[in-house]
Amino acid sequence: MADRDPVIVGVADTPLENGLVPGGLSPLQITAFAAKAAVEEAGLSLDDVDGLLTAGMWGNPGAGALPGLTLSEYLNICPRFTDSTNIGGSAFEAHVAHAAMAIEKGYCEVALITYASTQRSDASRNLGGRPAALTFQFETPYGMPTPAGGYAMAAMRHMHDFGTTAEQLATIAVNTRGWAMRNPAAMYRAPLTVDEVLASPMICDPLRKLDCCLVTDGGGAVVMTSAQNARRLNKPAVYVRGYGESHTHWTMGAMPELSRLVAAERAGEAAFAMAGIGPDSIDLAEIYDSFTITVLLTLEALGFCKPGEGGAFSEKGRTAPGGDFPINTNGGGLSYAHPGMYGIFLLIEAVRQLRGECGARQVAGVKTALCHGTGGTLSSGATTILANS
Amino acid sequence: MYQKPLPQPDAGTRPFWEAARAHRLCIPKCRACGQFHFYPRALCPHCRSADLDWVDVSGRGRVHTFTIARRPAGPAFKEDVPYIVALIDLEEGPRMMSNIVTGDVEGVRIGDPVKVRFEDVSAEISLPKFIPA
Repeated sequence: MADRDPVIVGVADTPLENGLVPGGLSPLQITAFAAKAAVEEAGLSLDDVDGLLTAGMWGNPGAGALPGLTLSEYLNICPRFTDSTNIGGSAFEAHVAHAAMAIEKGYCEVALITYASTQRSDASRNLGGRPAALTFQFETPYGMPTPAGGYAMAAMRHMHDFGTTAEQLATIAVNTRGWAMRNPAAMYRAPLTVDEVLASPMICDPLRKLDCCLVTDGGGAVVMTSAQNARRLNKPAVYVRGYGESHTHWTMGAMPELSRLVAAERAGEAAFAMAGIGPDSIDLAEIYDSFTITVLLTLEALGFCKPGEGGAFSEKGRTAPGGDFPINTNGGGLSYAHPGMYGIFLLIEAVRQLRGECGARQVAGVKTALCHGTGGTLSSGATTILANS
Repeated sequence: MYQKPLPQPDAGTRPFWEAARAHRLCIPKCRACGQFHFYPRALCPHCRSADLDWVDVSGRGRVHTFTIARRPAGPAFKEDVPYIVALIDLEEGPRMMSNIVTGDVEGVRIGDPVKVRFEDVSAEISLPKFIPA
């Protein structure tokens, strides 16, 4: 390994009780505790952090929430590398990429990536979307429930173009629940059947309630450094082998193709090229599952199956426990937790799997894992390829 | 009193909303490359030219995709459920979001022909919506 190779050395997530952060903590408190846990797991201290990367939906009220400034002040750290890129739920996969570049170039030694949300405690989810100004003046007036409506439009088009069925989408929720049943931290752990998904209330046709992710609080942190620094730290290093990012739109009318994730295709292609491997070399994937359709579209975009074959891929049970292509092994946004911007939890689970720390849900022999975040309304995609050697 | 969110026209979009108030669907067309686009932008997204014209279009199109909202996008839409939110491919090329106003929400299909019908919702704003053609 080259000395400046970027590695992940610490992760932490905030324990939840029925989807809530106990004690009604603020986003700043949640972040602080997660950050402290992640740096201490690595054998570091917050004093060592000289790179800060964060994104979220909280911030000091008023114009320009400036979460990076708020957070560095709150934690009393003075970063020499900072990044508040917010491209939605995929921001954290992009943060890993940006921190990797900064570490490789020597702009920082210890990068801290954080996320916190109290959206379930706050009951703050705004289904009506953004104010009808700028680009959203052409969408918000028509009452598309957000974000479900946009994902539903993509699912409807995928069914039209490829014959994908509601049953096939439901298998994604069912397979994911199989993993959640093995994760004591997951919110939903009861067995789930395709019939139960299909019997759940329709939200936005063709997506039903159990095609949709949970709405929870949550917080997480990821700590990165160089391979050289990692040699003296507590945890085996997890290497960042490849990354890529892209985004195409935010309003649905501007999505290039409704049944295809162009942003994920570009992000994945870049990440695989950098890692020098292809989809066949991935042992485990953590794929953003805001909705069942998100997983299906991402599997196709990253080349794990051909365009239009995502439904058939899932219905064979390949992604469930015992299948040959494990995904979303913590139970995902569909059954574990989904605090608004879920991408940091993809990374946390992949790192724990690569370290072999996952107990009943541990996948045997994981060497290479892929995380893919999706943000906005199928708008942004960011891919991270991680390896434990 | 109309409770739903009203579009907030700005310098770049006011001609669209002014035309809509007169029940005309009027969108930018590039003088350089000849292509239409929507929503209105300062530069043609196809060729980057700033030489744009406002042109009335047919108001005819087809359903590219849609969803049936079974739960409202906020309390103001509560009375409307179930309602259709759709992406319409206009005959002239661009795609736009709107509602399909129909008594038969279950009958809407991708590819269905639709035509614009304006809904006057305030003194300044008329929303272009679509009905089966």
